[in-house]
Amino acid sequence: MVGTTENCLKTSLKGWHVARGGRMVEFAGWLMPVQYSSIIEEHNATRSAVGIFDVSHMGRFYFDGEGIEEFLDGLTTRRIIGIEPGRIRYSLMTNEAGMILDDVLVYRLPEGGEFPYMMVVNAGNRIKILDWINSQGRGKSIRLHDRTTATAMIAVQGPKACSVVAKLGTVNPADLKYYACSNGTLCGVPALVSRTGYTGEDGCEVIIAADVAAEVASAIEGEARKVGGLPAGLGARDTLRLEAAMPLYGHELTESINAAQTNLGFAINLKDRQFIGRDAIVAAKAANLPTRIGLAIEGKRAAREECPILHGGQRVGFVTSGTISPTLNRAISMGYIDPAYAAVGTVVEVDIRGKTTPATVEALPFYKRAD
Amino acid sequence: MDPKQLNYAETHEWVFVENGIATVGITSHAVELLTDLTYIELPAVGTKVSAGRPFGEVESVKATSDLYSPVDGEVIEVNTTLPDRLGLLNTDPYGEGWIIKVRVSSEDSLKKLMDLEAYQQQIAGQG
Repeated sequence: MVGTTENCLKTSLKGWHVARGGRMVEFAGWLMPVQYSSIIEEHNATRSAVGIFDVSHMGRFYFDGEGIEEFLDGLTTRRIIGIEPGRIRYSLMTNEAGMILDDVLVYRLPEGGEFPYMMVVNAGNRIKILDWINSQGRGKSIRLHDRTTATAMIAVQGPKACSVVAKLGTVNPADLKYYACSNGTLCGVPALVSRTGYTGEDGCEVIIAADVAAEVASAIEGEARKVGGLPAGLGARDTLRLEAAMPLYGHELTESINAAQTNLGFAINLKDRQFIGRDAIVAAKAANLPTRIGLAIEGKRAAREECPILHGGQRVGFVTSGTISPTLNRAISMGYIDPAYAAVGTVVEVDIRGKTTPATVEALPFYKRAD
Repeated sequence: MDPKQLNYAETHEWVFVENGIATVGITSHAVELLTDLTYIELPAVGTKVSAGRPFGEVESVKATSDLYSPVDGEVIEVNTTLPDRLGLLNTDPYGEGWIIKVRVSSEDSLKKLMDLEAYQQQIAGQG
């Protein structure tokens, strides 16, 4: 069961979660709510109205210094040079072997702010990436400011999320392009609002100072509840992102997986540029490595991380995440499979804790919202 | 069933023994930890079970967990309504949510079980 949580880091919303019945668990070194009422209820509230998620555990690094644009471009699979102010790019960070160190959002912050760039990294990778960036920046005049604990980040997700946030501040997220951000105020305090998220729904994420986070979260909650919204925990965040086929570091993305295997082509730009890992990614594209796919699993059991994928009794891949989809009410998984079996519709089997279960390769994402 | 009259395993199963027959279920605390349940795998009648060994599985949207037998013996009855009514584990874990009945083969296997007070201390210690 759950080990000790005394030494966990706590977000500025810890008391807010506990006051709402949040069941607190250790996640990536942080004490976080896995659920308040029910994962399925929180999942459904996000799909139909609004889910409010504390994502303050994710690392927030601000950058400045001469040559910062070129420096960050050299660390990311996506082109950073030339991003317009106020725009955001999802990217992978890879090592020399093209293996995935993290998946990140790089923000080219709006003009006139304190810093030109910001990066959001996974909670479990924060120290690793901090060390990686600092070691790559040695001898350069690049400065990294880790403001993870000084700030809070709240994701407001769902079809009614933008209108909830619009009511409370100066930025209407619906006026922003997808993967764009703007400075403004929310509940009277300075906020960076971005039209981003990790649920497959429309919505936004807001970054505010840590000491005002509880007030802002409560105000968002008040508006959200009026339209059927709920606070939502890590459990719902996981089922939502899985349905939307968004990779999770430690599952679909690890240091044993080359960026070329991920089917995240949009996030990898190899053309006319050089970054750490580029040549290894080019080489991996030509090799016949297992590739990321979706699986529809027969029956009511979820095929979870590490379940072998079989074909004709031979192991041809492995599952990286799986659940019973609350939206689709059936078992879904993501995993990596030999490219020979990766075509949509290919019938395979998964070994679920010793029981061989039929499965079919399914197009990703499993769930796509109606526009 | 009254939780005070039950015995408990470290792995969050409860047992009620009467006339050599153990009724086994999981505690409300276990149900809460598991989160929304989606599936239960039950043993067949006649299956031999032993204390501390898995006899079935329960799945939630979040994870799959083994169900451990708190006693040695043979399964003589299975709650076949559970797979279609998993909500019984939430609403009545000590009554209609019972999972299996076991004819106990070894009284020794009962000795390691806790009473309610000891079990509550265990879960309090786990935070």
